[in-house]
Amino acid sequence: MRRLILWAPLIVFAVFLAVVAAGLYAPTDRVIQSHLIGQPVPDFELPPAIEGRPGLASADMRGGRPRLVNIFASWCIPCRAEAPQLAELARRGVPVDGIAVRDRPQDLAGFLASYGDPFRAIGADNDRRVQLALGSAGVPETFIVDGRGIIRHQHIGAIMDQDIPAILAAYEAAR
Amino acid sequence: MRALIAALLLAAAAPALADSLMPPAEYADTQLPDPAQERQAKALMETIRCLVCQGQAIADSNAEMAGDMRAMIRQRIQSGETPEQIRQWLISRYGAWVSYDPPLEPVTWPLWAAPVLLVLAGLWLARNRFRRRGRKA
Repeated sequence: MRRLILWAPLIVFAVFLAVVAAGLYAPTDRVIQSHLIGQPVPDFELPPAIEGRPGLASADMRGGRPRLVNIFASWCIPCRAEAPQLAELARRGVPVDGIAVRDRPQDLAGFLASYGDPFRAIGADNDRRVQLALGSAGVPETFIVDGRGIIRHQHIGAIMDQDIPAILAAYEAAR
Repeated sequence: MRALIAALLLAAAAPALADSLMPPAEYADTQLPDPAQERQAKALMETIRCLVCQGQAIADSNAEMAGDMRAMIRQRIQSGETPEQIRQWLISRYGAWVSYDPPLEPVTWPLWAAPVLLVLAGLWLARNRFRRRGRKA
């Protein structure tokens, strides 16, 4: 018993070192999942991000058909990388809506001209209020919302080729 | 090939603190006119975690998103919401993780109990020490 107590501080210190070392070598870079999955889309109404095109409101998501909502921005480099995959999803019949975060119309127009425009509607979220309301922690992120306006799926980060099946499956499941 | 290009693009994007070309939100770095409200807002900002620079509170972060969150907090305090309501609103979106003021619940009870347990262990050790010394004298 005495022996054990003598060694205890060293053991505690070793455990402490191990915890610190583990944290240094594998820092937690957490992906923050929205807690709204399975819950209704919060109410919002965004003005059009591009003149002559519709804006985006939560009411649009209760139209009986699931939708894909892509949170993006022209200043976001990974958003460029996912553009072809979004176009592919749109080609396969997924209705794609956009929320442009803090984007100036001229930059957005340039982005759509260079990287393609699969969007039905694009809302301008200039103060990030809707992004925060959705529980999204960055761009790009993609939500699948079912026909009753319930959030069913969240994809964090750029959509790559290998992510398409999961997103299509979530879309089909939301029908 | 496309994946390679995408990977290269992502690699190029990773270190850049991606910020938009828009000016910062109105209340991101401007205090509220009412000092009492500003005090409430500031206290809340110090206990809300930044989502992009995790490990920093939004009060200390230069990230654009943290600025937008500060602006949101100030505006909501100004319109009469309590800091606790805003904290709950954020927790309902991002989980308890977003708050630096962890609630007492089964997952966090070791966090709250650890100091008490350590003090008790210390007292017990000290008591044994003193007892032994007392006997010798």
